[in-house]
Amino acid sequence: MANHDIDITVSRGTVHALVGENGAGKSTLMKILYGMQKPDEGTIAVDGEQVSFGNPGDAIARGIGMVHQHFMLADYLTVLENVVLGSEKLYGIGDRARARIREISDAYGLGVRPDAMVEDLGVADRQRVEILKVLYRGARTLILDEPTAVLVPQEVDALFDNLRELKAEGLTVIFISHKLGEVLSVADEITVIRRGTTVGTADPAHTTTKQLAELMVGSELPSPETRESTVTDVPMLTVDDLRLTATDPDGVVRAVLDGVSFTIHKGEVLGIAGVEGNGQSELVDAIMGMRPLDTGVLTLDGADISRTATRKRREGGMAVIPEDRHRHGLLLEAPLWENRILGHVTERPNSKGAFLDLKAARADTERIVREYDVRTPGIEVTAASLSGGNQQKLIVGREMSHSPRLLIAAHPTRGVDVGAQAQIWDQIREARREGLAVLLISADLDELIGLSDTLRVMYRGRLVADADPATITPEELGSAMTGAAGGHLAAPAGADDTRAVNDPDGGEDR
Amino acid sequence: MKKFDKERLLLGIAAPLLAIVVAFLVTALVLAATGKAPFNAFGIMFDYGLKADSQVYILNKGTTYYLAGLAVAVGFRMNLFNIGVDGQYRLAAFFAAALGGALTLPGALQIPLIILTAMIVGAMWAGIAGVLKVTRGVSEVVSTIMLNAIATAIIGYLLQQGRLGHLDEAGTKISTTPLPESSRFFEFPTTPTPVWGFIVVAVVAGVAYWFALARTRFGFDLRTVGQSGSAAEASGVDVKKMVVTSMLISGAMAGLIGMPTLLNDSFEYSGDFPVGIGFTGIAIALLGRNHPVGIALGALLWAFLERGTGKLEFEGYDKEIVGVIQGVIVLCVVIAYEVVRRYGLKRQQSKVGAELAAQAARNSDQQEVSA
Repeated sequence: MANHDIDITVSRGTVHALVGENGAGKSTLMKILYGMQKPDEGTIAVDGEQVSFGNPGDAIARGIGMVHQHFMLADYLTVLENVVLGSEKLYGIGDRARARIREISDAYGLGVRPDAMVEDLGVADRQRVEILKVLYRGARTLILDEPTAVLVPQEVDALFDNLRELKAEGLTVIFISHKLGEVLSVADEITVIRRGTTVGTADPAHTTTKQLAELMVGSELPSPETRESTVTDVPMLTVDDLRLTATDPDGVVRAVLDGVSFTIHKGEVLGIAGVEGNGQSELVDAIMGMRPLDTGVLTLDGADISRTATRKRREGGMAVIPEDRHRHGLLLEAPLWENRILGHVTERPNSKGAFLDLKAARADTERIVREYDVRTPGIEVTAASLSGGNQQKLIVGREMSHSPRLLIAAHPTRGVDVGAQAQIWDQIREARREGLAVLLISADLDELIGLSDTLRVMYRGRLVADADPATITPEELGSAMTGAAGGHLAAPAGADDTRAVNDPDGGEDR
Repeated sequence: MKKFDKERLLLGIAAPLLAIVVAFLVTALVLAATGKAPFNAFGIMFDYGLKADSQVYILNKGTTYYLAGLAVAVGFRMNLFNIGVDGQYRLAAFFAAALGGALTLPGALQIPLIILTAMIVGAMWAGIAGVLKVTRGVSEVVSTIMLNAIATAIIGYLLQQGRLGHLDEAGTKISTTPLPESSRFFEFPTTPTPVWGFIVVAVVAGVAYWFALARTRFGFDLRTVGQSGSAAEASGVDVKKMVVTSMLISGAMAGLIGMPTLLNDSFEYSGDFPVGIGFTGIAIALLGRNHPVGIALGALLWAFLERGTGKLEFEGYDKEIVGVIQGVIVLCVVIAYEVVRRYGLKRQQSKVGAELAAQAARNSDQQEVSA
């Protein structure tokens, strides 16, 4: 059961935020409101009139529109074409439609150009196109599913300005998020969902993030802050002048990583900030040995590993929490104990010589499940049947069980609920204290700033800026991520540069 | 947790059984549509198929089919579709027969040598497809099909008088030089006809297959690649090396397919050496779900169907009916497995969810009580 006993009332002309942990049931509720899923019981009323939605078409007819977390736009069509697609009957596909788009865009300050190609637009602009698409279809109530997840702080502010415009024109916005600071700054009313049910409402004017968090998880909000520094001066991983090229579909060879150099010491967490797609995944692949380097030298604990096979690197103490755990970290249809062996098949307790040691591997899986609080009825169930957070805890437990010297953590708490998030942060801190070197890549700027000892910013395959996590703010980091600032980021920088927001290709290399 | 396992086992058995039942039903419809009595036909099949001489036939034929199923299954476990098992075993059997006919060593030396030759030839032939795949990105499906045709041509070229061919005394049949008496594999003296001793090798091969996959590091790597290439690569498996290695193993296994016939029955390679068994192997591996025991059952079923329907011809039925049954079984099995797989995954997910929710509820109850 994803939802039960949900009571929510949204007033016209307000921004109503819906907050809750991952897996609390926010998305299911939204799917019901948008007609993508039918409720087993209960009623929905719009303007006092009871309605029932069989499909999204019914919802749109009632003026409810949805802006999805993942954009649904055709890259090789113009904005105009994308907007009219499927609604050709409303205003045609020509000048009438163009005029209507301009009209909506001006009315709400969206700044959408109807004849721009979608592929040329950045993430924030694409999002505005999505919003416009919904308004074009006559929506009076907009549902936005985690709209800020893909934006840098400046873009978030611009989005919130748009939302306030919409509200001022009498439209209603339902805003789904689990970022409490944002929710408090934009919402008029807040409903908190926990374990599929509404647990309370809050007035943003009289609520702090802490109180909200307590409502959300029923306990205190964890913080990624690391207290004392454990950085030593013994280098663990040295990356020197790394260059990696890739051939894109047009046959053009392009550098995806260029001139990347850094050193991570024992006990140090090096955080890499950057808008996704700027070379972070390639950097992880290169360090793991999944892609041959064009030039550059990798040194792990004094040994040159530039040409070493992935398995040898892993045996040498390289642990990985992959960005996409389903693709790179798990065998979804295999039982948990086989997943525990994955990546460490040559190491004890998983094998003795050439043979697997199933008994020891199973016993050790039980241990990981216990120590890392993986919620599962047993170790024979498939990895696919666990929730994302529990899958991640299993991966963390597995990787930490082979006394790693370097941990590559790519978005370690993505899609993980608050409780598991705190645990994973604790484990990273713990290991760091024992001399582990960590390469942390994350889109969550609070996590990056809170956990890292050193910060670097990656933009278009290069490390363009560095910053001290003790003094930097998410806003400053955000502006460096769009390429608007470089060098050493010392506070206060000219980070409020609006260029970072309006720059058409600012940082969103796709 | 045992509960899940039992269920999985039950689901695993239900799928092929269902497929077989559906296949018989469809066949009954086909027979009825052509104006023949279906149940009479099945009666004849079972009656004849279970006679003593039929049992021997089924075991012998099953031995060959089992090895074919294993050869294909090795590839399947890696997500490799080795359609070339057919060419691999024929080429392997041909060269092994030619070598065996040319030598007159003691049996204890010559028999292993023949078998080894077959395995090496099979492995090399499959290895070509493996190397092409990792170096040039050629799909193994395409390359192995082409290699099948090339194997046919090579055998046709070499099986001529003056090359490796040998005209028999009647002057009607070209074959390789027959193996010497000493190179004949032992037989179990069953009545009315003997069971081929090579069945022992097939059983050993099955056990080796199971052990290698389930109990060794190598097998784990192989299965990992089969389940998720990306996860395998990230976990440190050299996927390219693995592709070549498993093609070699699949080919070596394919080399064994012709051996029961060669060493227990024909003792030479001629134009009437069985063909097409590689494709039978694909069906049997699918039916047996790449599991050593499942493949054995599939191989015996296949042999039984062929034996049983062979008799139908003499009773006024069309012998092609066996093709209908086998085809429908394969089709149904593929569908049934996929349906059962998805159902099983979903079911487990919801069960795990329910169990965890129950646990959580228990915990919170206890807290409230203690509070």
